[in-house]
Amino acid sequence: MSTTKRKFVTMDGNEAVAHVAFRTNEVIAIYPITPSSPMGEWADEWAAKTVPNIWGTVPSVIELQSEAGAAGTVHGALQTGSLTTTFTASQGLLLMIPNMFKIAGELTPCVFHIAARSVATHALSIFGDHSDVMAARSTGWAMLCSNSVQEAMDFALISQAATLKARVPFLHFFDGFRTSHEVAKVEVLTEDDMRAMIDDELVLAHRGRGLTPDRPVLRGTAQNPDVFFQAREGCNPFYAACPDIVQSAMDKFAALTGRQYKLYEYYGAPDAERVIVMMGSGCEAALETVDFLKGKIGVLKVRLYRPFDTARFVAALPATVKSLVVLDRTKEPGATGEPLYQDVVTALAEQGRKIPVLGGRYGLSSKEFTPAMVKAVFEADRNHFTVGINDDVSHTSLAFDPHFSTESDKVVRAVFYGLGADGTVGANKNSIKIIGEETNNFAQGYFVYDSKKSGSMTVSHLRFGPEPIRSTYLVSKANFVACHQPIFLERYDMLKDVVTGGTFLLNSPFGPEVVWSKLPRPIQKNIVEKQLKFYVIDAVKVAHNSGMGGRINTVMQVCFFAISGVLPKDEAINAIKYSIKKTYGKKGDEIVNMNLKAVDSTLEHMHQVVVPAAVSSELAFAPPVSKDAPGFVRNVLGEIIAGRGDLLPTSALPCDGTFPTGTARYEKRNIALEIPVWDPNVCIQCGKCAMVCPHAVIRAKVYEPVTTMPATFKSTAARDKDWKETGLSFTIQVAPEDCTGCALCVDVCPAKNKSEPKLKAINMAAQPPIRETEVANWDFFLKIPELDRRKIKVGSIPHQQLQQPLFEFSGACAGCGETPYVKLMSQLFGDRLIVANATGCTSIYGGNLPTTPWTVNAEGRGPAWCNSLFEDNAEFGLGFRVSLDKQQEFAGELLKKHASIVGDDLVTAILTAPQATEADIYDQRQRVEAAKQKLRGVSTPAAKSLAAVIDMLVKKSVWIMGGDGWAYDIGFGGLDHVLASGRNVNILVLDTEVYSNTGGQMSKSTPRGAVAKFAANGKTLGKKDLGRIAMTYGHVYVASVAMGARDEHTLRAFLEAESYDGPSLIIAYSHCIAHGINMTTAMQNQKAAVNSAQWLLYRYDPRRIATGDNPLQLDSRPPKQRVDEFLMMENRFKMLTKSDPERAKMLFKQAQTDAEKRFKRFEYLATWKPNGAVATKEI
Amino acid sequence: MDLRTTYMGLSLKNPLVVSACQPLSDEIGKIRHMEDAGAAAVVLYSLFEEQLRLETYELEHHLNTGTNSFPEALSYFPEPAEFQLGPEEYLEHIRKAKAAVNIPVIASLNGSTLGGWTDFAKQIQQAGADALELNIYYIPTDIHLSGAAVEKTYLDILKAVKSAVKIPVAVKLSPFFSNMANMAVQLDEAGADALVLFNRFYQPDLDIDQLEVQPSVLLSTPQALRLPLRWIAMLHGRIRADLAATSGIHTSRDALKMLMVGANVTELASALLARGIDHIRVVEQGIREWMTEHWYDSVTQLQGSMSQMKCPDPSAFERSQYMRALANYKPASGR
Repeated sequence: MSTTKRKFVTMDGNEAVAHVAFRTNEVIAIYPITPSSPMGEWADEWAAKTVPNIWGTVPSVIELQSEAGAAGTVHGALQTGSLTTTFTASQGLLLMIPNMFKIAGELTPCVFHIAARSVATHALSIFGDHSDVMAARSTGWAMLCSNSVQEAMDFALISQAATLKARVPFLHFFDGFRTSHEVAKVEVLTEDDMRAMIDDELVLAHRGRGLTPDRPVLRGTAQNPDVFFQAREGCNPFYAACPDIVQSAMDKFAALTGRQYKLYEYYGAPDAERVIVMMGSGCEAALETVDFLKGKIGVLKVRLYRPFDTARFVAALPATVKSLVVLDRTKEPGATGEPLYQDVVTALAEQGRKIPVLGGRYGLSSKEFTPAMVKAVFEADRNHFTVGINDDVSHTSLAFDPHFSTESDKVVRAVFYGLGADGTVGANKNSIKIIGEETNNFAQGYFVYDSKKSGSMTVSHLRFGPEPIRSTYLVSKANFVACHQPIFLERYDMLKDVVTGGTFLLNSPFGPEVVWSKLPRPIQKNIVEKQLKFYVIDAVKVAHNSGMGGRINTVMQVCFFAISGVLPKDEAINAIKYSIKKTYGKKGDEIVNMNLKAVDSTLEHMHQVVVPAAVSSELAFAPPVSKDAPGFVRNVLGEIIAGRGDLLPTSALPCDGTFPTGTARYEKRNIALEIPVWDPNVCIQCGKCAMVCPHAVIRAKVYEPVTTMPATFKSTAARDKDWKETGLSFTIQVAPEDCTGCALCVDVCPAKNKSEPKLKAINMAAQPPIRETEVANWDFFLKIPELDRRKIKVGSIPHQQLQQPLFEFSGACAGCGETPYVKLMSQLFGDRLIVANATGCTSIYGGNLPTTPWTVNAEGRGPAWCNSLFEDNAEFGLGFRVSLDKQQEFAGELLKKHASIVGDDLVTAILTAPQATEADIYDQRQRVEAAKQKLRGVSTPAAKSLAAVIDMLVKKSVWIMGGDGWAYDIGFGGLDHVLASGRNVNILVLDTEVYSNTGGQMSKSTPRGAVAKFAANGKTLGKKDLGRIAMTYGHVYVASVAMGARDEHTLRAFLEAESYDGPSLIIAYSHCIAHGINMTTAMQNQKAAVNSAQWLLYRYDPRRIATGDNPLQLDSRPPKQRVDEFLMMENRFKMLTKSDPERAKMLFKQAQTDAEKRFKRFEYLATWKPNGAVATKEI
Repeated sequence: MDLRTTYMGLSLKNPLVVSACQPLSDEIGKIRHMEDAGAAAVVLYSLFEEQLRLETYELEHHLNTGTNSFPEALSYFPEPAEFQLGPEEYLEHIRKAKAAVNIPVIASLNGSTLGGWTDFAKQIQQAGADALELNIYYIPTDIHLSGAAVEKTYLDILKAVKSAVKIPVAVKLSPFFSNMANMAVQLDEAGADALVLFNRFYQPDLDIDQLEVQPSVLLSTPQALRLPLRWIAMLHGRIRADLAATSGIHTSRDALKMLMVGANVTELASALLARGIDHIRVVEQGIREWMTEHWYDSVTQLQGSMSQMKCPDPSAFERSQYMRALANYKPASGR
């Protein structure tokens, strides 16, 4: 029995699971993937802090290059007798499947903890459903499903106990995001609990089966037709015994904790006639609905899905049941039904119960599953239905009443609309902690985030009440709504679901007398009609005066407690202060005092607004997209932007995941408080501002002078001699509503105002006052024709930046270091570009709905883009090349066969065209067009075939791009093979030296000394030299670039790489928010990285060998500053000096040596002369 | 030859002390090297309270930026169990320096709040520093701030620190007071155990090609010693506090001049940065040779011998002398 008292703590599902998994294992092999990454991060953090497991030793946590690698390491560690675990989801789980078959086949105790997530099909989705675990159901692993944060912790332990006894490995899974990221109050299992549940004899038995030369055995034989089959059947008794073992573990757990679980657990009327069968968090909403409806209904929760115990399952059903409805959170197209449905049908048949069964799908990709939907399911009248969507194509969906609600009066329900950067979510997590841990109330928090990485909105859904909270869906009837950012008022109808008499808190610069007149009409209407109590505070001012900048979290938190009535005001304030001291204590008194100051000055600035009796505003919600946008953008993407995507029917969406490009231009986000303003009198027309702009909002154009233009449109004479001679005009124009306000452009602008050098040729100015005029100027600018690409000298930046970007307004972070390279690629080759994009930041800001930044030019040409997976991107892109080459070859063959129609000269001209320059490409397009004209009207099959492929005779540029996580780690094997293939592909590695998209985990590109997740104490070893590895082939073009250090060098590398008829690899230094830097001046960091030789600039061009030159050109100059001067510019390094100064000194010193040695090594390699003297000594 | 001197009650084997300077005293190995090269004491580089405060804000900012905004990346950094955001690293450096060398270790502190000055001073004392040099690195930029208020700031800091610690306390001063001598007297009366003349500030320069202001450290040249030389000469014998000379001491002759006008010790930094720590040995040797050649037995014999009170021409240190110097100046061009 447990001797230590258990504590109630608020935490999310991932932490709850990791708490047990870490303490009951010895080896943990991990790889980041959403939404399971935090489990691995917790494990790594605890190991770094030397937290021991229940046997008193600190588990070894190791990060692998992929989930496949993690599974292999887990398998190896298990085979040598260590208790081993891992955490994963979705594609990660799929990569583990081969090893899972082996681990189960060898009857090895083990638990994988899965934050269940959609598997990518027509689209990737990071959100929760059971398609991943269902894809693994044939591996022979037991599958145990938990439905809440508390259960996730409990089942982590129950599965660990059961696997040791059963010798069947377990997948313990729970719903991604809904459970993995829900913050709830749980009773935390103690180490005594774990010791009581884990039988040490079984641990020793596992150890005893481990491989050791001291007791050698052989496992993993190859067997033949004579014995494989019968040997495979040998495991049956273990599976037969498994359900009993799990139930016994559950019973033992109940005796220990008082929480009794059953393999198949029925809840509802004892005389129920209709029962829903399901797994996962949705069960909780179903239970809540059963309690509310009080009919002859019930829910059967399937906890142990594999091995499926048909007898126990059927026995758990009330005898009165007349029909079952089985809900699956997955889809298996073409199957007779989804997996759970099929198992239930089989179980009933085998157990001789003749009960009609209906099957349905719900909740794919975290689609809401609400009591209204549960009610519809109880009333379902057809098989193979869907619920929660409007399927107007196959008509599978059940109708439901969206107003049906089971929300309890005893529960406080609060919704907060915040901006990512303002700390709203953090404050709400803190409020949950205060209420959950300082009072007897239960608490729940669930957070909805944006798909954009800059200017993103967060919506926090909080519930507090005296009973455990089972509402596993978003707050539907809020009695408290807070709007932390007034800009959202114009866009979202945030008061539509607030209850009558509820409270509305607004952060606004307008005081209580003025604010009413600033509200949109629908907001006023709700306040009046629902008699809301309305409070206002200028939180930005209070936060600013307290030294907290834009972080209004503490201020708004105080307001919430002061007016929500969750706790007595004084008690709440004291609790907040206590919490501040606890949370920020280790960050120093300064930070604590700053927050305490904000607490003390908040209440005097909060005011209740006297609400007029009538609505007076004429202000309507802003439309999500312009009324001039194409129909699909207005009717589909616009609805998603407006937050009404849930209401779109099936028919509105592409059935195969194919979307039009060029839609980001319609999503006017207006997130910048300040935007750049051009001063033509100071400008030297160098193009640098346009080049570094991460969002392509600064454009340069040279054009024939225009006579009529908007009054504030700026135009000046073009300075470049090529344009000057012909009297052309020049303009730099900013897209005011698309700018994120990062100010990188201002930082790189080299032109200073001679009379006032603090001003440059481009300066930041407040956006609202100039928004309207600049919108008109931008529209006018877009209408000015683009310069003929043939006239542009692409090797010079002032010229090259006149090329139209075909990648614009992405959802990347403000100041992103990757997108300037992506945009450059789109400018140079966009009209003949096809992109294979590895999963990661690039695929998210490049391909996440609602809109896409990849766009088209006036001729309708532009990049074609696709994301396959994370691990296969190089091979995927190679597939493009092989396919395009084949089609080009075929087109050539067919063209020759049609020479009599097309003409010999034209055929020869097309097939021998050089296609090296823009003019060449233009001419080739003309020729192909001429050939098409001649073939028009020829209707032979061969001519039709030729028409389908003839465009392939115009050169296509294949680019394979992704981050360092892909190129250095998970995709390296494929990348290496593609380099070795010799085919003409261009590989762009956007090297942020860390897994950026999943939150900063270490990759093999992470430099020595950098603090990253999975390298909490600073990375011990140095960065992998990917460029040098690629160079060893000899036939690969390799370049290492850093735009912020030398932009001309970057441009040259891109041009050389693309022109090389073979594989090219560009490794592009990309600063990143995960570096902990000032993003506004991030190009200076790039410069410092190069100046210190922390990053080298070089090009390796195999073509130079033929001319007797050294293929390698070291373009970096000898270091002119110390490496630590660069390191101290970035928090990823600097924070180590604050957490472990001695280690920082040691690693920084080694980093200096690394840089010096590497520079000398490259210098040596670059001095080699193919036909001359060779240096005698390598360094 | 007796090179011994005393400074704030500390007995020193010679008058050569290494001045507070980050690149000189940031590693224990270098401090050992100083002792080996003959330094009589070392003033460690300064602990800057304001820097610690800014670093705390910076760390908090970077740990927060981008968090809880995007569902796949709710944070970007692991949180260590604790941060060393206070003066721990500096205090540890004192402890290690004390353990590594036998010469006195003098800490240097730049506070930004009165509480910071006293708290850090106490911790420095606790860490084992033999004395404390207050690096009052303060440039008044408020054009409405009176000279009296500036002087009061110096005195308040000194009094607060003196009341907080028992170890000797020196004040490193700037020369920018209306009446430098009076300021020295006030500090003396407020309990300063020594005055260090003078502090060197960052001297911004302009890059006229890039149109940028360039803050940079200007290493002292031998000419710089004229300023402390004058004031030490004026103060010697008139105040109780010891005097340390710093700025422009590059050679043995420079050091000898400072001692002669009344410095108890001479502090070196720029010369060591330019010529290496071993240059201490050269200076010491030069002092020995000069004293031998000129029949001096001890440093105390020459200390203060050329101060204003004792030199043959006391008026030479006064302002009118400056006018005469100008009158005697003959431009090289002959115009």
